[in-house]
Amino acid sequence: MISEKKMGKILKEILEMSPADQTEALLISQNSALTRFANNQIHQNVAEKNAKLSIRVIKNKRTGTASTNILGKKSIKEVLEKALKIAGNVSPDPDFKSLPKKKKCKKMELFSKNTAEYQPIDRAKDVSVLISKANQKELNAAGALSTGEITIGIANSLGVFEITSLTEADINTVFMSSNSSGYVDSYAKEVRKIDFHKLADIASEKALRSIDPIAINPGSYTVILEPAAVADMLTYLAFCGLGALAYQEGRSFISGKLGGKITGENITIWDDGTSPNTLRMPFDFEGTPKQKVMLIENGVAKNVVYDSYTAHKEDKESTGHALPAPNIYGPQPSNLFLKNGDYSVDEMIASTKKGILVTRFHYTNMEDPLKTMLTGMTRDGTFLIENGEISCGIKNLRFTQNILKALSNVEMISKETELKQAFLGFCRAPTLKISKFNFTGVTEF
Amino acid sequence: MREFIYLGLNAAKSYGATYADIRVIKFKTQSISIKNGKAEEISDSESYGFGIRTLVSGAWGFASSFDISKKEVQKTASLSCDIARASASLKNEDVILASIEPISGSYKTPIKIDPFTVPLEDKLSILFEAEEILRKKKEVKISQSSMNFIFKDQIFASTEGAWIKQEIMMSGAGIEATAISEGDMQVRSYPNSHGGQFITGGYELVSGLQLKENAERVASEAVGLLKAKECPSKITTIILDGSQLALQVHESIGHPVELDRVLGMEASFAGTSFLTLDKLNQLKIGSEIVNITADATIPTGLGSFGYDDEGVPAQKTDIVKNGLFVGYINSRETAAKTGQLPNGAMRADGWNRIPLIRMTNVNLLPGKPSFDELIADTKDGIYLETNKSWSIDDKRLNFQFGTEIGWEIKNGKMEKMLKNPNYTGITPKFWNSCNGIANKDSWIVWGTPNCGKGEPMQVIQTGHGASPARFRNIQVGVGK
Repeated sequence: MISEKKMGKILKEILEMSPADQTEALLISQNSALTRFANNQIHQNVAEKNAKLSIRVIKNKRTGTASTNILGKKSIKEVLEKALKIAGNVSPDPDFKSLPKKKKCKKMELFSKNTAEYQPIDRAKDVSVLISKANQKELNAAGALSTGEITIGIANSLGVFEITSLTEADINTVFMSSNSSGYVDSYAKEVRKIDFHKLADIASEKALRSIDPIAINPGSYTVILEPAAVADMLTYLAFCGLGALAYQEGRSFISGKLGGKITGENITIWDDGTSPNTLRMPFDFEGTPKQKVMLIENGVAKNVVYDSYTAHKEDKESTGHALPAPNIYGPQPSNLFLKNGDYSVDEMIASTKKGILVTRFHYTNMEDPLKTMLTGMTRDGTFLIENGEISCGIKNLRFTQNILKALSNVEMISKETELKQAFLGFCRAPTLKISKFNFTGVTEF
Repeated sequence: MREFIYLGLNAAKSYGATYADIRVIKFKTQSISIKNGKAEEISDSESYGFGIRTLVSGAWGFASSFDISKKEVQKTASLSCDIARASASLKNEDVILASIEPISGSYKTPIKIDPFTVPLEDKLSILFEAEEILRKKKEVKISQSSMNFIFKDQIFASTEGAWIKQEIMMSGAGIEATAISEGDMQVRSYPNSHGGQFITGGYELVSGLQLKENAERVASEAVGLLKAKECPSKITTIILDGSQLALQVHESIGHPVELDRVLGMEASFAGTSFLTLDKLNQLKIGSEIVNITADATIPTGLGSFGYDDEGVPAQKTDIVKNGLFVGYINSRETAAKTGQLPNGAMRADGWNRIPLIRMTNVNLLPGKPSFDELIADTKDGIYLETNKSWSIDDKRLNFQFGTEIGWEIKNGKMEKMLKNPNYTGITPKFWNSCNGIANKDSWIVWGTPNCGKGEPMQVIQTGHGASPARFRNIQVGVGK
């Protein structure tokens, strides 16, 4: 790992070396490891030590970016020269005002020594808990356990200078019989806080309960979506429309609708990278402090998230949601929350005469981002609910559903929430009971 | 470099490895993206490092580092062996590798023009010129053009004596118009969506594409779609254009024939496969006219190379022959496990990742009629062009694709434009309904630059030769 001290020295040297009007240097150093298992044995087991330095320069409103993982002095100088050369070749961007100025970031404890120092044999011991349970239940376990440490440093010529170190551990597993499966996952800063025994129980219970699934016809059903499925849906919603770039370009479902009602009143969604209830970060990839941003409040579209470029276009301040430059996706929510409700999942099931319980979705994809039309499959634990009870497992179904309509038909929200990985960051979501959810196809298993 | 590599391999042996290989790779990439008259992204990047894969006590370990030093290569070899020992603590059987002849060789992508020698201003000039034409239509609110270039310089060596140097060049370019009006958004792109066409090859791709010459049509179609009729919901005959068919082959044939998926090694993430071992040489997966190969040797294919990342020579493998499922793509490990010969499909997306079984160029071979004859022979149906969305279940059976545009076919002629078309099906039923494949005149090797698989995630480049093909009794207009 590159120490925080050494990282600070490299960043300082780059800023001193650059002749540009404004300069930004982002350095990310990481040590990560991942143990993968399938067929009740470890089959892939890897470790990576890497770093990435990105330099962004601005000369007369012309921007150039270059990056490398070769961190010798000569190479760093060459990368700076490449960025300057690119900037010299492009036309000025009238919409560019400035890189962000320094703002005070909250201090956060994001590092676990245990997680950073976790050894291959430690990961094997944790995985053995899952495999032992699978063997005991005559099931087949597959999954991955990863642990890692990362140090992120960002500095610019306007005084931004932030460095932080953090750790992350995550585990996902699927337990399978010959015709059923059950999924569970967990994420933590501290690997030893993950309860592998509990996870093994959940995965095996789901796999055993869904043995010999029956096929049901596609159609409109009441669904109970567990947090992994809800998080998947919200992630796509956020990626397609809750960032300022999509909003400003008119390709967001929220474009022209801020202040209007877009979901049911029981839906409140926000992004908060500073919350202790997510895997948090004090600043974004421009070094701006992360802010809590209310996105949808009681069904009303409230805000989108900003980086410095999109904020300046509307004479606003960045909300701390920049991705690393160069970034064609614009600012993105990366620590989503959906407000919890008052119900237990048992109460939600008990109140359902006929419905479908979904553990998670697979291969979701947006068919129409403006209309929030999403399709995907159910996977690893799909159950029929009849007369207030889970009656049996069912073969997996394809859904084709307008997300905003689904969020207008939420009948019950669970009290408990779970942290799930999104394709950009994390999402903390409850379980939702939704009426009139459209399943449009069925598969053979 | 030779000394560095042997230091790593010898260290691995001294720490207990019965087999080890090392890949040292340097990547150079350039991405240029123009949007609405401005440079959205222009960036150069490089990445350099090595990864050592070891077998200790019959189990795999892998460790990688960006620090190219003598001390680090020995340390990384030691870590790789420690990881392998941890794997061995939870193994059911020893890994056995199918034997291969260790090769000393080299391969270089044939190119005419090195894209990294072309001045940036020339590239920008072509992109701005095409993008400006897209913007001339007032309903086009987002106009984009882009180029991407990747150069990979790799050495592979193993304790079996292999030493292979490869230089792979990849180039890509395309344009895209997004028209927005009254709550509707329609996209058209050329020559393909998701960044355009990608090949192994040089800058000659760009001049061959004629981006500027196609820009006005692309913009007009995007605008035209705003007022076009919605694709109806019905069961009908469809003809897929080559680029959409390439993704159809990728998702519903390419992934299920990956032998690691079949053997459950990807079960928790990407999923498994409906093509279980009992289906080999038994399942009629397609109609008689369906012939599919995995071929890493074809010119310009984005999945073309000289040797895979286990040192197995690039080759052509039959996957489907006259509709019968006849072959998998494999690794040395899975080949040994199933009594097959290694067919060169192990690929890693960088020095910091292990090789996995990945598609090379999985191609639907051309048929007899010309494209015009295929259309003329269709009484009633829809022609679907250019992928917009894709989704398929974790055994690769139930799929649903959306395309940018559809065209009604009536009495052998393409007529009205249709918007928001999508179609769905079950893989073997779909391929068995294929009753026409256009000939080699419209056969193009399409590049798919963004195929994701594995944990940690790896993104690999694959190719798919395809010409337009016709399918009967397909459900279109799902969710309408």
